Amino acid sequence: MDRKIRVLVAKLGLDAHDRGAKVIARAYRDAGFEVIYTGLYQRPEQVAEAAIQEDVDVVAISSLAGAHNTLIPELIRHLREQGADDVLVLAGGVIPEDDIPFLKEQGVAGIFGPGSDLDEIIEFTRQNVRRV
Amino acid sequence: MAEKHDGPGGAGRDTGEWAERKLRFAGVSDREVKRVYRPEDIAGLDYARDLGDPGEYPFTRGVYPTMYRGRLWTMRQFAGFGTAEETNARFKYLLQTGQTGLSIAFDMPTLLGYDSDHPFANGEVGKLGVAIDSLRDFEILMDGIPLDKVSTSMTINPPASIMLAMYLVVAEQQGVGWDQVSGTIQNDILKDYIAQKTYIYPPEPSVRLIVDTIEFCTRHVPKWNTISISGYHIREAGATAAQELAFTLADGMYYVEAAMARGLDVDEFAPRLSFFFDVHNDFFEEIAKFRAARRLWARIMREKYGAKNPRSWMLRTHAQTAGVSLTAQQPENNIVRVAIQALAAVLGGTQSLHTNSYDEALALPTEEAVRIALRTQQIIAEETGVANTIDPLAGSYYVESLTNQLEEEAQAYFRKIEALGGVVKAIEKGFFQREIADSAYRFQRRLKSGDYVVVGVNKYADPNEKVRTKILKINPEVQRRQIERVREVRARRDPARAQKALAELRKASQSSENLMPYILECVRAYCTEGEIAGVWREVWGEWREEAIY
Repeated sequence: MDRKIRVLVAKLGLDAHDRGAKVIARAYRDAGFEVIYTGLYQRPEQVAEAAIQEDVDVVAISSLAGAHNTLIPELIRHLREQGADDVLVLAGGVIPEDDIPFLKEQGVAGIFGPGSDLDEIIEFTRQNVRRV
Repeated sequence: MAEKHDGPGGAGRDTGEWAERKLRFAGVSDREVKRVYRPEDIAGLDYARDLGDPGEYPFTRGVYPTMYRGRLWTMRQFAGFGTAEETNARFKYLLQTGQTGLSIAFDMPTLLGYDSDHPFANGEVGKLGVAIDSLRDFEILMDGIPLDKVSTSMTINPPASIMLAMYLVVAEQQGVGWDQVSGTIQNDILKDYIAQKTYIYPPEPSVRLIVDTIEFCTRHVPKWNTISISGYHIREAGATAAQELAFTLADGMYYVEAAMARGLDVDEFAPRLSFFFDVHNDFFEEIAKFRAARRLWARIMREKYGAKNPRSWMLRTHAQTAGVSLTAQQPENNIVRVAIQALAAVLGGTQSLHTNSYDEALALPTEEAVRIALRTQQIIAEETGVANTIDPLAGSYYVESLTNQLEEEAQAYFRKIEALGGVVKAIEKGFFQREIADSAYRFQRRLKSGDYVVVGVNKYADPNEKVRTKILKINPEVQRRQIERVREVRARRDPARAQKALAELRKASQSSENLMPYILECVRAYCTEGEIAGVWREVWGEWREEAIY
């Protein structure tokens, strides 16, 4: 049976710029995904826990405050420690080009900078999500 | 919907030889624009009643009689990163480059009342601004900067009273009287619930802190602007120009009422209220927004609140070019965007201006990018001649009609907010948040469809573009050094004095006393920002919003 793809859209740390997170959450919803948005001020361990409890296929992190190199790898570590290593992790926002190789190495599957096309992000998610 | 065709120059749509490029013309806010504007579009406009000369009620043409012929706007670039030492060096560089006011950007932990060694601060220390944990950091930040000569703006909200207290104690150390210092604290918590989201406590105690600073400064720091009622973040979060205008002035009215409820006379504090607006790409809409804001505020203050001092009627504003309009693609194009937005702010009659750096969609600005941004303002001021006469667009059919339109749209929002039970009730119901999220999403869809063009992104994009802009990196050492310093401050201070100051602050926070004197004592005792804000976290609790998208 076809199940809708479940996406957790999350803001990590103290970064309160949530415009991008809300736009992408809505774009996923309009595209037929099931969307959970964490709201602000989430610790990496809280997001990992929510991802596992909600049994999501995708965790999409929106980051504008420059803490991505610290917080995203921590989130991935928590996901792996709890056995959720097949969750697709995506990141978007203001992430300097130089940081992309490091984040990919850490397990971020796709990184979408400012001005990214919403449909492209959705298509990428469909293509790369784990198959149930 | 087709309009009536009424010949060349009319608002209709020709076909054939005079076919138009598009069916519908609209700018950033998606407001439909007519082919041409005519006298009938501003029928009923009365010069004395609706415009008035610059410096005259209702100040549509500007708050001062001479405006930039008397003094140019303040070029106030926002800066701050890393440690207090690094930011102090950047401040000195900016002052040397010809900047006339300082503007402090704090990092996220400071904005949210956490010390640098709090686990939540990990990875964010010194990233989006300077890290301030205690008076020690503030002493370093302002070292060698004469506080009686420079005015300083501080962009901070829930802990604004703490930063103000630190500033005042540093002034004391420099031998500068509180009546000598000037500047602004943003101190606008309502827009945080609405858009910026750097809130800590629930609305009621948060507004009380703000009224405390208004009351305290009215009595002791007469040149300080106690609040900068901010539309900037509302706009950046996705609002249209009309929403920005309406929500900001609605917040302003709420603060006025709160201060009056405290027993302050409106004319005692209103002259020290200031505003902060965004300037986006839609040139004329932005100019009209500033003009409408001044006229609305003047009428509200005089007619609704009975203010008698003309200074209470004046809406003075800082402006910043739209960060959200900047693109990571072809970043050099941002220099042009910023220049045009800055020109709109100047033609709109702003009192102070920050121009964004072209690399901001990529990371924090480099020194080179900051310099170009400041030079942009200087070129507008010194080379273009636009500062030679005041409000040169007055009387333009289009600009006056837009000014009227924005004013009417704002008034419609005021009625809606009132019907919802006021600003705080509307926040609790998610009204603003939903309006803004809707606008942001609609805009994103217009970008996608190409209905709104962003050069270099959805048109004229370069598929082979490689981003090669130099970007500023924050040294990871900053966090370690900052943690060391805050621990040292805690170890070295007089522990009894610090504990006593915090205990007294706690007691006062449970009462309705003005908290400023207690905060000042905490600051003098080198209590940290996290400790002071922590007292309030315990007493008042934290605010959590329902996530609306």
